[in-house]
Amino acid sequence: MTIKEAQDEIIDEFALFDEWMDKYEHIIELGKDLPLIEEQYKTEENLIKGCQSRVWLHAELTNDNNIVFTADSDAIITKGIIALMIRVFSNHTPKEIAQSELYFIDQIGLKEHLSPTRSNGLLSMVKQIKMYSIAFQAKA
Amino acid sequence: MTTKLRHVLETKTNILDVELIRSEFPILSRKVNGHPLVYLDNGASSQKPQQVISAISKYYTYENSNIHRGIHTLSQEATNAYEEARITVQKFIGAEHSHEVIFTEGTTESINLIASCYGKKHLTSGDEVIISTMEHHSNIVPWQMICEEKGAVLKVVPINDKGEFLMDEYENLLSDKTKLVAISHVSNTLGTINPVKEIVAKAHQKGALVLIDGAQAVPHTKVDVQELDCDFYAFSAHKMFGPTGVGILYGKEDLLNDLPPYQGGGDMIKTVTFEKTTYNELPHKFEAGTPNIVGGIAIAEAIKYINKIGIDKIEAYEHELLAYATEQIQQIDGVKIIGEAEKKASVLSFIVDGTHPSDIGMIIDKLGVAIRTGHHCTEPLMNRFNIPGTARASFAFYNTFEEVDIFINALKKAIKMLV
Ligand SMILES: Cc1ncc(COP(=O)(O)O)c(C=O)c1O
Repeated sequence: MTIKEAQDEIIDEFALFDEWMDKYEHIIELGKDLPLIEEQYKTEENLIKGCQSRVWLHAELTNDNNIVFTADSDAIITKGIIALMIRVFSNHTPKEIAQSELYFIDQIGLKEHLSPTRSNGLLSMVKQIKMYSIAFQAKA
Repeated sequence: MTTKLRHVLETKTNILDVELIRSEFPILSRKVNGHPLVYLDNGASSQKPQQVISAISKYYTYENSNIHRGIHTLSQEATNAYEEARITVQKFIGAEHSHEVIFTEGTTESINLIASCYGKKHLTSGDEVIISTMEHHSNIVPWQMICEEKGAVLKVVPINDKGEFLMDEYENLLSDKTKLVAISHVSNTLGTINPVKEIVAKAHQKGALVLIDGAQAVPHTKVDVQELDCDFYAFSAHKMFGPTGVGILYGKEDLLNDLPPYQGGGDMIKTVTFEKTTYNELPHKFEAGTPNIVGGIAIAEAIKYINKIGIDKIEAYEHELLAYATEQIQQIDGVKIIGEAEKKASVLSFIVDGTHPSDIGMIIDKLGVAIRTGHHCTEPLMNRFNIPGTARASFAFYNTFEEVDIFINALKKAIKMLV
């Protein structure tokens, strides 16, 4: 599945929810299901400090040139949104990630979570994902 | 409903006519996310009554001009309004002279002014400044900066688990080396009302000066600077129903006269030549440049509004409201209140087992309830409790018991979703 297809799939999924509460309950569940980042990667280096909640992001390049992201947050809603991001971006080549456009967050009505005032680390996480893709591209 | 509850609900109507009061705050009738706004973030900034909004609008519509400089009528009128505002503030806080009232940008600038001007003149290597664990960053960082510059030492009075200032520890820290003590009157995160009068008296016995950060006290309780005998007192208009960008520094006349000016510019001078400039008298010495004229006028209007309602009634009503909210929140499983001092004002900080404060804040915002989450600019205090932050509901006299119920129900809903 391409990054675009993954985003479209999420948009379709979220279209099922009429109520904000159902949407948030879904996000919370996703957050609870997100495989935990390995403790050894919860380092100061991988920490994206938001004012409100903390986000850890770890990236690894596989032998077949895909970036695998793992992440965590101490806030569950943030974590649920992270789970969606990982579903979209993980297991793609650095080039694909670097060239991709992130639009699903807007489309599923969670734009406010990417606003700088929320300072929840998500905006920085998106930037960090892009940075990794560029850095790994340069290495390749 | 318990009898206690009913009693509380009944007494409220006798204290204040909250319905009438609410009608005077236009913003309170708006909706947020499809729900009537329940504004419980008054600690961050309060809402403004129509009276204050109108004063601002009237100033720009009819009175606007620069002050202290003009010969024409408008300028004189504006100057009069600004100087009358100073007198209104003076009376409100019980200062001896109106020139002891300095208009600033807010609490933060007031504290920085003293840290900078006092520090420049009086702090030297080995001197000590005392603050407490519960201070806002605004009452920590300016002292850190000047202490570092001067080689002085910053000492911190610890608190107990209830969030109360430890007087014994304070007395142990006080010494001949102590030059200045800077303590909040009311903690913005815990709600603790500190025994500032006693704190001042003990510092004075050692010859130290005291600055009180009154940002969270002035909107909720009667402040009389002469009674407290504090040397400096700082607060912000926007937390007391006035506009942002204006605040007050009170200082005792002789102490302010002794300090060097803060900023150079127009209005703060007597005469300027390239060889030497002589400074203006108080209060102008500390008010360089064109001030926030409308801000000064509006803070006075906010004070008139508070006076109309009565600060004693405000305090009594908010006391009941906080007691009710505390009682209600304690009945929810997994909720832990942070800040359980004997004496508290209008702040209810809490954490919920298994949730992050920001998750709580986001969900109840969807239900129209505005609270604040995070460290509330008191990171050292969060470290003291070993938590990343809290959720904080902070009340004003226009909040109702029904709003507390809405908040509590929203909180229960959020917990159900999250845990
Ligand atoms: C106790 C306390 N001190 C200082 C401040 C800083 O006030 P301002 O941002 O208005 O300068 C605040 C406001 O958040 C506060 O609550």
